[in-house]
Amino acid sequence: MESYLFPFDSLICMLLGISFTVWFTLLLVFIIVPAIFGVSFGIRRLYMKSLIKLFEWATLRMERGAKEKNQHLYKPYSNGIIAKEPLSLEQEIQDMRRGGAEPEFDMSDIFYFCRRGVESIVDDEVTKRFTAEELESWNLLTRSNYNFHHISTQLTALWGVGVLIRYGFLLPLRVTLAFTGVGLLVVLTSIVGLFPNGRMKSYLSDKVHLMCYRICVRALTAIITYHDRENKPKNGGICVANHTSPIDVIILASDGCYAMVGQVHGGLIGVIQRAMVKACPHIWFERSEVKDRHLVAKRLSDHVADKSKLPILIFPEGTCINNTSVMMFKKGSFEIGCTVYPVAIKYDPRFGDAFWNSSKFGMVNYLLHMMSSWAIVCSVWYLPPMSRMEGEDAVQFANRVKAAIARKGGLADLLWDGGLKRGKVKEVFKEEQQKLYSKVLVGSSEDCSRS
Amino acid sequence: MGSTSSTLLKIPNVEVLMQETGFSPAHMIRLHDRFKALDKEGRGHLCPQDFGAIKELAMNPIGDRIIGAFFCPGKETVDFHTFVKILAHFRPVDKNRPKEPNSPEPINSRSNKLRFAFQLYDQDKDGKISRDELLKVLQAMLGMQVTEEQLESIADRTIQEADLDRDDAISFEEFRKSLEKVNIDHKMSIRFLR
Repeated sequence: MESYLFPFDSLICMLLGISFTVWFTLLLVFIIVPAIFGVSFGIRRLYMKSLIKLFEWATLRMERGAKEKNQHLYKPYSNGIIAKEPLSLEQEIQDMRRGGAEPEFDMSDIFYFCRRGVESIVDDEVTKRFTAEELESWNLLTRSNYNFHHISTQLTALWGVGVLIRYGFLLPLRVTLAFTGVGLLVVLTSIVGLFPNGRMKSYLSDKVHLMCYRICVRALTAIITYHDRENKPKNGGICVANHTSPIDVIILASDGCYAMVGQVHGGLIGVIQRAMVKACPHIWFERSEVKDRHLVAKRLSDHVADKSKLPILIFPEGTCINNTSVMMFKKGSFEIGCTVYPVAIKYDPRFGDAFWNSSKFGMVNYLLHMMSSWAIVCSVWYLPPMSRMEGEDAVQFANRVKAAIARKGGLADLLWDGGLKRGKVKEVFKEEQQKLYSKVLVGSSEDCSRS
Repeated sequence: MGSTSSTLLKIPNVEVLMQETGFSPAHMIRLHDRFKALDKEGRGHLCPQDFGAIKELAMNPIGDRIIGAFFCPGKETVDFHTFVKILAHFRPVDKNRPKEPNSPEPINSRSNKLRFAFQLYDQDKDGKISRDELLKVLQAMLGMQVTEEQLESIADRTIQEADLDRDDAISFEEFRKSLEKVNIDHKMSIRFLR
């Protein structure tokens, strides 16, 4: 019996050894070395083009399948289910008084508020933004299959193959790369930290950071298109971008060097943070310091004043939005008074939804989702720098920057606060409505008393 | 994309519901999706907090009253049927509907729309809007923007104009009469797409 096992044993060991060597060599040649030098073979773009063709074919098959069964295909609406009246409160109330009577309170005034209330029950702007975007076609991922039912056996087989490829090949590959990337980051930044401060250290630190982020980009199979790179942020400025997921950081930092801002964490992230700060100055806050706005503002302005330090990277929305709109920017970073470099990031949802719904999924779950999608495809636009104008306060400046980012990225520009994801609507909004209504009534009764 | 019929089957008693409310299959699917989106915990019914989570509704001065209109007295949850039936009040009036003498009045008739608005005023459901109830609505809609005296004078004047039988309260008939000239269909309807 034993004599049978031995030759197989050594054969298996040999095979395993060879496959590991081949695996790592391929990894090194095709992924790690290009990452170090910042070049690309174009493999990922080829992959993306073939995936698009595949999705189109899958969609056609579903349409054909539906026609065969003589049923109508149901296309999800991304624009809402009702047509909302664009008239304002004043116009509506005056409309109701067409009889020519003085605009004083009438029992029918309640209709306006009632209708608006029910309209918002059926369809409201804000809830839409915090759930993942609906797709027009299926991308062979079960998790984006909330509406799709017409799946023939051919498609199911294709989906099965897709699962095998994604979980059996892509996922282990990506996890290996991720570990390599993060490991190298920690080790190399600590080594660079041993150098004395000076030009050599900054140069090395830049190279090390870029290389590790590029490996992480490949770990996610992220295919990024950068536009307008002449507007890239320079030292002594702040870079602001819209926020969809924690991956935004990796995407931006693999094309330029930034100083990160964030809270000190424990665990693995804490280790990474401590290592990074040895190589070049990042801004990490203790949990207690985060509450003190003056302290935060002071540290940011000190950093910005030092022209040898890297531009700061900030996400003013404060939370992850689902990449169909840009929500209100918190004004803190706009009060500092330096040049702001806006950046717009738009993900292509066909390949993998990068939005992190932190109330539904934890970080590890999210990363697993990311690494088992087909790819992350996104576009980054660097907008020309903006500064605060005369007579503009921080909030207006923030809104101006927000509008520019929304326009460039093709996202809807909303007034709503990203904090609405979790918190309650401030009483102030209700008062606004009351003020508007009272102006219509009381304002007009003043006119009456004068006549 | 998916076929309409397979999604419709997931909704219990959908045929009856469509007949009672007059919504089309496409509307039912969209409303069902919306119901599920509001029902974040997936319990199959909605409670007041789910409505309260809609930010635009929370900022509406009479938001609480509208939410209250969905819940029958004593019940703490709203299932999909009730949800759709209440929303049916806001369908535009069917101008071409044949007048069958024995069929029940459709949910979105002018009269039923008025009744819905009436119950927003009449919170204790005694069939009359008392001076107090009117004051409460005025307070909700105007908040701190006007003085107590102004509110009271508005309430007094409104009751004076509408109260025909001089019982110091507005009944449904008086309510209806005072709103004779208002285009209820336009003001209390929501244009559902498709």
